[in-house]
Amino acid sequence: MHHHKYRLIIPFVLPSALIYGVFVLWPYAQALYFSLTRWRGFSRNRPFVGLDNFERMLDDRLFWNALEHNALMLVVLPSATVALSLLFSALIAQGGRGLRGAEIYRIVSFFPQVMSAVVIGVLWSFVFHPNIGVLNGFLRVIGLGSLQRTWLGDPQWVLWAIALVAVWSSVGFFMILFIAGMQSIPTDLYDAATVDGASRWRAFFGITLPLLRDHLQVAFVFMGLSALDLFALVQVMAENGGPSRAADVIARYMYDLAFNKSQFGYATAIGVVLLILSLVLSVLVVQLTQRERIEF
Amino acid sequence: MSSEGTQPLGRARPQETPAVAAPLFRRGMGNLATVAAHLVLMTWTVFVAFPFLWMVVTSFKTDQEIFFSPWRLPSALRWENFARAWTDASIGRYFLNSLIVVTGAMVLTLLCASMTAYALARFDFPGNRILYYCFLAGLMFPVFLALVPLFFVVRDLHLVGTFQGLIIVYTAYSLPFSIFFLHGFFRSLPGEVAEAAIVDGASPYRVFFDVMLPMAQPGLVAVGIFNFLGQWNQFILPLILMPNPDRYVLSQGLAFLAIQRGYESDWSALFAGLTITMLPTLIVYVFFQRRVQQGLTVGALKG
Repeated sequence: MHHHKYRLIIPFVLPSALIYGVFVLWPYAQALYFSLTRWRGFSRNRPFVGLDNFERMLDDRLFWNALEHNALMLVVLPSATVALSLLFSALIAQGGRGLRGAEIYRIVSFFPQVMSAVVIGVLWSFVFHPNIGVLNGFLRVIGLGSLQRTWLGDPQWVLWAIALVAVWSSVGFFMILFIAGMQSIPTDLYDAATVDGASRWRAFFGITLPLLRDHLQVAFVFMGLSALDLFALVQVMAENGGPSRAADVIARYMYDLAFNKSQFGYATAIGVVLLILSLVLSVLVVQLTQRERIEF
Repeated sequence: MSSEGTQPLGRARPQETPAVAAPLFRRGMGNLATVAAHLVLMTWTVFVAFPFLWMVVTSFKTDQEIFFSPWRLPSALRWENFARAWTDASIGRYFLNSLIVVTGAMVLTLLCASMTAYALARFDFPGNRILYYCFLAGLMFPVFLALVPLFFVVRDLHLVGTFQGLIIVYTAYSLPFSIFFLHGFFRSLPGEVAEAAIVDGASPYRVFFDVMLPMAQPGLVAVGIFNFLGQWNQFILPLILMPNPDRYVLSQGLAFLAIQRGYESDWSALFAGLTITMLPTLIVYVFFQRRVQQGLTVGALKG
């Protein structure tokens, strides 16, 4: 029996471990070292420079420009997405005997979630297009032609246009998530609340929201992480970070440094910052929501 | 994290979940409130659906109509837009490339992940836990951190610009979630059937391929859908690993066409190309709608 066991385990585990080790673990491990080197171009010469790359970031205006946009999105995307999806899921799940036709709302709202960010970015860059775009066309038709813009070509608007698309594509996903969460709350709690004369609003804030803690946690972490990324949308909707780099984000800046400018050491250091930011974000969200833990 | 997230997908939420959310309140809302709720939800639904509908309608128009009558339906269904997108704009080639890469990566991912998850879930051996957590660690790191070293690893193996390279890298980055998910699934399967098979003298391989794998089918389908969407929509990995325009995958090729300003002369083909690009995911979504929603959301709670 014993040697039988290893005759299965080794061939079953080894291929995965090898693929995973070579293409995932090894690159991650190397990244930490690369971030401490000055490595430009394709030479194999990678002088160790300690924390120089991180110091350089402090004075890099373009880095801070990108980071500011990520920070803004970090505030806007999770709050807007969670607020909208909470509203919609509450309307569906708390709507008494069940809204007729609610299924179609769920199916359609969720759809953008299965599309690639590239497809969504291209689609919306058509919508925002100054000449053929349906948005300007719509403004013309309803007599607000003066509001027409070159949306994605306008430094004032381009980041907000991308934020809108990011929220537009994610709300359906969290709607489904929250509806599932709300349905796992025991109905007795609501019966009791109704007997006590609590309104639907009170029940929502008193029962639903606190018991949705896990789901809200997931939503904030996920949306936060996507606010730290946004690579594909920015790459497609705002070439080179948009006009005056008004929509540049760290991920795109890092990609540009590495694969267009061959500054591999510095780019990897920015990748390390991205890792630290995402870890801090996850820990922070978990810590903040943990305090309101409710046992039942 | 939450209670339903700890159970395997296929059993925790069978397909017969009610189509309409079960009411939390026994008493219905007032008529006015119901109308208001429908109004809000309908507005959002239209807002989500409209760009897609506009795209499909526009893909049948001529460039003239696109520019000068944006609000009218096309005067005729110009299927030739799709033909031009497929051939002239190379969408057909990109489509085929995507198909090759994703098919290969899906097969490799499902095979590797199910074998490894099974071995880790069902057999005790020294290092089992460490291996499991090593695989899990891959879920935590942003892929951007790995990009530069990954590019050089793939280059040193002479796999840049090859389908094999993309297939193996897609697989590598799909393994953590797939193993994690299937590990839970294999744990939850009853052991009696397997034990009976062993008593009957079946080899451990037979037990896995003939007994356990068929029993794990719902889990494989869920992981399969999850990986199909993730791999079909992958953008950053092909962007750095597939510099050869003849072998661009679909999302990469589409971004290339859209960014490449020279192509603006043929808007109708670009719209048609976008529509073609959406079709496979649309079809998967329509057929597996409930499973996709479950798979992705339950995946979120577990990850």
